[in-house]
Amino acid sequence: MSKTKMTGAQAVLESLKREGVDVVFGLPGGVLLPLYDAIYQSDLRHILVRHEQGAAHMADGYARATGKVGVCLATSGPGATNLVTGIANAYMDSVPMVAITGQVNTWLIGKDAFQEADITGITLPITKHNYLLRSAREISRVFREAFYIAHSGRPGPVLIDLPRDVTVEEVEFTWPEVNLPGYHPSFKVHEMQIKKAAKLLMDAERPVIYVGGGVKYADAHRELFDLATKINAPVTTTLMGVGCFPEDHPLSLGMLGMHGTKYANYSIQESDLILAVGARFDDRVTGKIASFAPRAKIVHIDVDPAEIGKNVRVDIPVVGDARNALAALAKEVVPKPRSAWNEKIEAWKKDHPLRYIPDINIIKPQFVIEKLCELAPDAIITTEVGQNQMWAAQFFVHKDPRKFISSGGLGTMGYGFPAAIGAKMGCPECEVIDIAGDGSFLMNSQELATAVVNDIPVKVAILNNGCLGMVRQWQELFFEKRYSATILGRTSPDFVKLAEAYGAVGLRATRPSEVEPVIRAALAADRPTIMDFIINPAEKVSPMVPAGATLSEILDLEWCDEANTSHLEKIYSDARKEILGSEGYI
Amino acid sequence: MKHTIAVIVENKSGVLTRIAGLFSRRSFNIDSLSVGATDNPDYSRMTITVQGDKDVLEQVIKQLSKLINVIRVSELAPAESVERELAVIKVSADRESRSEIMQIVNIFRAKIIDVSAKSMIIEATGDEEKIDAIIQLLRQFGIKELARTGKVAMVRGPRVVKA
Repeated sequence: MSKTKMTGAQAVLESLKREGVDVVFGLPGGVLLPLYDAIYQSDLRHILVRHEQGAAHMADGYARATGKVGVCLATSGPGATNLVTGIANAYMDSVPMVAITGQVNTWLIGKDAFQEADITGITLPITKHNYLLRSAREISRVFREAFYIAHSGRPGPVLIDLPRDVTVEEVEFTWPEVNLPGYHPSFKVHEMQIKKAAKLLMDAERPVIYVGGGVKYADAHRELFDLATKINAPVTTTLMGVGCFPEDHPLSLGMLGMHGTKYANYSIQESDLILAVGARFDDRVTGKIASFAPRAKIVHIDVDPAEIGKNVRVDIPVVGDARNALAALAKEVVPKPRSAWNEKIEAWKKDHPLRYIPDINIIKPQFVIEKLCELAPDAIITTEVGQNQMWAAQFFVHKDPRKFISSGGLGTMGYGFPAAIGAKMGCPECEVIDIAGDGSFLMNSQELATAVVNDIPVKVAILNNGCLGMVRQWQELFFEKRYSATILGRTSPDFVKLAEAYGAVGLRATRPSEVEPVIRAALAADRPTIMDFIINPAEKVSPMVPAGATLSEILDLEWCDEANTSHLEKIYSDARKEILGSEGYI
Repeated sequence: MKHTIAVIVENKSGVLTRIAGLFSRRSFNIDSLSVGATDNPDYSRMTITVQGDKDVLEQVIKQLSKLINVIRVSELAPAESVERELAVIKVSADRESRSEIMQIVNIFRAKIIDVSAKSMIIEATGDEEKIDAIIQLLRQFGIKELARTGKVAMVRGPRVVKA
């Protein structure tokens, strides 16, 4: 083990280097001056953000796109608290991340010093683990542990709080092996459990494989494909699992749950065996839990034992890595031909496809997504949260597990754009498109400056309906169209001018015929680009399982209340004419 | 239903907060919690009593096991373990009541550890029911102050719960 004298700040950088970190997203501050001085003198790539929340989501998007640990950096106090939403987001979706925060000098901790916040206390329930360093001697050990904890087992964010004096203290750098007596993530799977699971799979007449984000994180999509195709078992994915099974494959059921496909939900409800892999039976997936899959036995594979039996009773628990488990299962089963069950599902697919009512005068959001899919089928898609997210999940044909990046558990509006920047940093050769709503995009639009200044050419497709669409949809359906605080209007901002003000490209489509040219222009642009699609404000996400209902009680909502369209348009219209009237859209 | 679990944790600052935070975040009910050093200075031992059915107990154990600083979690089934709690009880005691109180103390094999003209402090050790019973009997004299340690417990026989 080599020993070199250096400052704490240099030890941090040496540790990051040894962990293979090639980029960090951050914003400096008083207590981080020594660390930033060391960054200045190093070859670590640092992306200066405009708000720390952006840094956390960029690290998150980078991690999801690459599978590596994403790193963000913020100063003490407000810098650290601004990371909180991004850390919670990563925690809920099990994203490997290391968040580094500055802290006041150790002798000032607890004295309510300037820019002091108890960030380890604040993030206790939203991190996999966190550390407050007291000495530079701890740096290398803690960084090594943090990266190991963040990416192993069920991944998650780890926070390291770094007091200023620790970064200037002189230390001899060592690189100790990880020794965590209380942390032993399960990796291997129990052979007996696999045998039992395989028997249930072979005996089942109506099996469904239900796949979550765990398959993505374990890189188990090939093993999943082998198993599903070997026994002709249909596969449905959660929002987090989107892309783990190619959606153009006949065995794909698409997404299940509240805004899943009808055939996925029907299949779950009629199944006699559910093989759940790396999924956690979230309430948005199960609907009313008491009547979820009433006839099904459940096999649950998860790397986190605490997920098994948390929300539903499980017949065969399998603790371990999804890839190992699926590979073992695929080996254990014998091929099964197509069955009456496959035919039944085929008929459901034919009778109840995802659909919308096209329009030649007004842009339908689903049409925009279909066009994006047609023109950029291999793009990494990030989403904001709400209607845009559901349409992106439904109408883009996802085939690659790491190319759909969305805030699932926390449901963070403002996630998609910075996540796109992070994904683009990780995969510069990929086209990266944030499918956004006008409400969500504004929550982190300041990162346009980050994208422009650092020349990160991500594309944003804003499905502009002038409202907080998902909440408006619920108000339309369940609150007698009382649109309390959901109308944003389309007067402010002008997204084209906003893009231009930042030095990005701004494009607008107001008619269906303009959608394709706008997308083509955006894809041809080598700068960050915003596409502003003026869509029908009354469009709803369909189908839908109302909150608290059983999955089979899924409703068709693809109709648009025309009176509602004109009502909403009227609310928007007068002021809009002043700004955009010359373009005379709709 | 009550369950007793032994938790071996790393002896580091903030560990108690992590455990207490976990219980409040997951809405688990703690009846009692006691913590102290073990034979190994690197580890502490907590004895936690929780309320809940079998599923809750399973979740408590699994969630505790996920904490990085938690080394070992083990349920101590009542039939297979011994449990003890210590209470110090300050009761009103004057010349008239003092001897009656001393009788109760003797019956419970408790100890008097402080006497004054108007009060006595009694130290009682035993399982939860015994402590409850002596408190109940002393109540008639007027309990001025009460401190209980919470339960500690250990498996009977050669089996051990340690890191």
